[in-house]
Amino acid sequence: MSLLEVDGVTVRFGGVTALDRVSFAVEPGEIFSIVGPNGAGKSTLFNLISRFHEPEEGDLRFAGESLLRLAAAEIGGLGIARTFQNIELFEHSSVLENLLVGRHTRRRVSIPEQILFTPATRREEIAHRAAVERVIDFLDLQLYRDRTIAGLPYGVRKVVEVGRALAIEPRVLLLDEPYSRLSNEESMDMRFRIGDIRARMGVTVLMVEHDMGLVSAVSDRVMALADGRVIATGTPAAVQSHPRVIEAYLGTQAAAS
Amino acid sequence: MRTAFKTSYAQDIRLFPDVRRALRYVALVALAAAMPLLLDDFLLGEATNVLIWAIAGMGLMVLTGHAGQASLGHAAFLAVGCYANAILMDRAGLPFVASFLTAGVITGLVGVLIAVPAFRLHGIYLAIATLALSILTEDIIVLAEPWTGGVIGLVAPDITIAGVEVDRYASPDLFYWLCLSVVLIVTLGYRNVLRTPLGRAFVAIRDSEISAQAMGVNVARTKALAFGLSCMVTGWAGALMGHFVYTFNHEVFTVIISIQLLVMIVIGGLGSIQGAFWGALVLVSIPQAINIARDGAQAAFGGSMVIPGIETGIFMAILILFILFEPRGIHGRIAKWTIYVELFPLCRRDMFRRQKSFLKTERMR
Amino acid sequence: MESGTLETLQLIVSGLANGCVYGLIALGFALIYKAAEQVNFAQGDLMMFGAFVALGLANESHMGLPFWVACIGAIAVMAALGWLLERAVLRQVFGQPQIAVVILTIAIGFLLRFVAGIIWGHDPLTLESPIAGVNQHFGTLVLGLDELAVIAVTLALTGLLFGFFSRTRLGIAMQASSQNQLAAYYMGIPVKRIHGLTWALAGAIAAVAGILFASKGSIDPNTGLLGIKAFAAAVIGGFGSLPGALAGGLIVGLIEPFAARYVASGYSQIAPYAMLILVLLIRPRGLFAQVHAKKV
Repeated sequence: MSLLEVDGVTVRFGGVTALDRVSFAVEPGEIFSIVGPNGAGKSTLFNLISRFHEPEEGDLRFAGESLLRLAAAEIGGLGIARTFQNIELFEHSSVLENLLVGRHTRRRVSIPEQILFTPATRREEIAHRAAVERVIDFLDLQLYRDRTIAGLPYGVRKVVEVGRALAIEPRVLLLDEPYSRLSNEESMDMRFRIGDIRARMGVTVLMVEHDMGLVSAVSDRVMALADGRVIATGTPAAVQSHPRVIEAYLGTQAAAS
Repeated sequence: MRTAFKTSYAQDIRLFPDVRRALRYVALVALAAAMPLLLDDFLLGEATNVLIWAIAGMGLMVLTGHAGQASLGHAAFLAVGCYANAILMDRAGLPFVASFLTAGVITGLVGVLIAVPAFRLHGIYLAIATLALSILTEDIIVLAEPWTGGVIGLVAPDITIAGVEVDRYASPDLFYWLCLSVVLIVTLGYRNVLRTPLGRAFVAIRDSEISAQAMGVNVARTKALAFGLSCMVTGWAGALMGHFVYTFNHEVFTVIISIQLLVMIVIGGLGSIQGAFWGALVLVSIPQAINIARDGAQAAFGGSMVIPGIETGIFMAILILFILFEPRGIHGRIAKWTIYVELFPLCRRDMFRRQKSFLKTERMR
Repeated sequence: MESGTLETLQLIVSGLANGCVYGLIALGFALIYKAAEQVNFAQGDLMMFGAFVALGLANESHMGLPFWVACIGAIAVMAALGWLLERAVLRQVFGQPQIAVVILTIAIGFLLRFVAGIIWGHDPLTLESPIAGVNQHFGTLVLGLDELAVIAVTLALTGLLFGFFSRTRLGIAMQASSQNQLAAYYMGIPVKRIHGLTWALAGAIAAVAGILFASKGSIDPNTGLLGIKAFAAAVIGGFGSLPGALAGGLIVGLIEPFAARYVASGYSQIAPYAMLILVLLIRPRGLFAQVHAKKV
């Protein structure tokens, strides 16, 4: 059974059709990339899975269960974690605190216990702290542990956001343009990290990116979107050479020549 | 400069980061407890006033400073706590401890009730709605005369705890210690909230509702909780305030008080527990400072110098200066000085420079 | 005409006139919000201050200038004050969250009240205005010229501003700069200068509102608290919408006399705020709001 299935969803904003009967399925353990030019509906797709938008038709299923019955805040608890295109970190908190928010769905102690800080709360906090430290180790964030987000360079914030998503201990990780605005070296690092996330943590990765070259090296499968429609799905090489993909990226003339 | 060497995870979640700081706070509490021995009755009354405002400030701080929900109506919750406590003692005959705790719980529940519809309101709209609420509360107090005594108001009942009578005038030291113990309990609870998932959820919805949701934080529930806790603490402050002012009516809880409370925590420093205390200290000491200055001026130049509204004028001027030059309030300024002293002489001029920021519309959410 | 309908008609006109004053203050809020996305809680106090400046210029006991000269003088002084406030204070919090501006303008309002109290005292004063106390007869219906003037001026100003925002380049640039300051910069819009201009305009409107208000009755420094009611009006109408601000003002102005007349006088105070809370609960962004979803 596929881990995440998107089944014929359509999303409209006013008169604009952002997604038009889009279907695909992500298999457990794969790295699946969605590419397409700006405005193709990639981020809308992620916001749909996060339950920020409501589809007009179609269904979303995670491990066979429909997501449409759940609220946005319940998605993380299922094991679906995500990052944002324009980085949505908690600006005035430290890196550590940001990652600890990722543990939110794993909390067990009640609110009175938290206010009284009972021994059970202390044990749980230490466990969360240990879990977060594993993520810090994994992403080499030790240097920034106690730094406030507001003062961090862009590339580091991007990694912190991935870390916060990993702190959920997700089954599937949604990365929204993980390479955008990164330098060459940072992009390279990010590429190895995405590979590692799958290899060492066993997390399925679904990512959105507009630069096809960057994703083809790590992805098992690629889906190309244009104007809210799926135009090709398959191996990176197959999608890259697909005539309609070339057309969407370079315009009709390039496809004709 | 000292570097904390951490050897266990427990170190990160301790109440105090290191022994030095723990000792400093212990000394502070000891000093606070010894106040009745050091001050005369008038100053002790002022110290009590600072403590009560600090409790109210902590109440608003958790909502505004940590959960990011600005309220311009917290005088309404002071009023609910105050009247609930007095009515429970007078009409239901509850002993002080029971009525005090219940008054806080009632105020907290009122807060949750208000938070549920207010969930859809963001930033400035919430501020306006709470402002309207505060104005309405004044009128409701007057209209609900059978319960509240209308414009005449109520007299705070006598407090008896375990057979000992605690009276604001007859035994100011006992009343001071009562307020101090409430302060300590609330501060400890507040500190605990901040180092647990609840406090992190508050900060999360303050900084980015959208990613808080993606992290599994239920925004509506968290806001309601923030309102509930905030109002509970504010209600306790209101109950103590009732006993402190002794007779009270709607004029004790005007919308001006709501504004003053918010201004107070901004001056103290939003987003820090200490800020509530600094703000309360400033708020209470301004009238005293003006009195001293006026007495000095009158002694020097003769004649009487009464300028109506000067307390508020100066308070608001201080606020403007803080927003312009130190948006992080007294607490933020002290934190910078501490770093400066610790790093001396390595501090760079631009170390604390604020980042240039551009406003994006809040019409889009 | 029957005395019942006559009374209702007079209630409506006095309600409309009051509502227009609220509407004019609300217009100031809406203007600044539309152009700078700042929420100016001091608008009511600016109105009070404008009224006092006009009074200080016009009244015999003060400067004794001719009324129309005093009006122009007051408008100029208030425009300068608005510009100065933006320049000296609000520009410093450029880009900070709205709530910082809210607290800041509340404090400015208190300071204006304090300063007005020092200069003009705390006793109610009346503006010696040629339109005060003159009645206009329409058959059996008697209407105050002051009330009619308020209504006429308000309608004219609203129309003018509405045209300005939807027709002129500057007006459109103002709107753009409020929605995304950085992008507006990139487009070559002088955002800061526009903010200064907006505040000057808001100061001028406050002066007009102040003169009209002071022609209808007496003023004292606490008149500025009327701003809170006007604020309720602006929110009921929906921030950032000029016709909405006026409509909100009129609604509040009309509710009050009728609530006082038909419910109980104690409730006329409550009515605008109860209405405000009701509107916020049903339509959290006001009756005529513009809302867009944030893109993530």
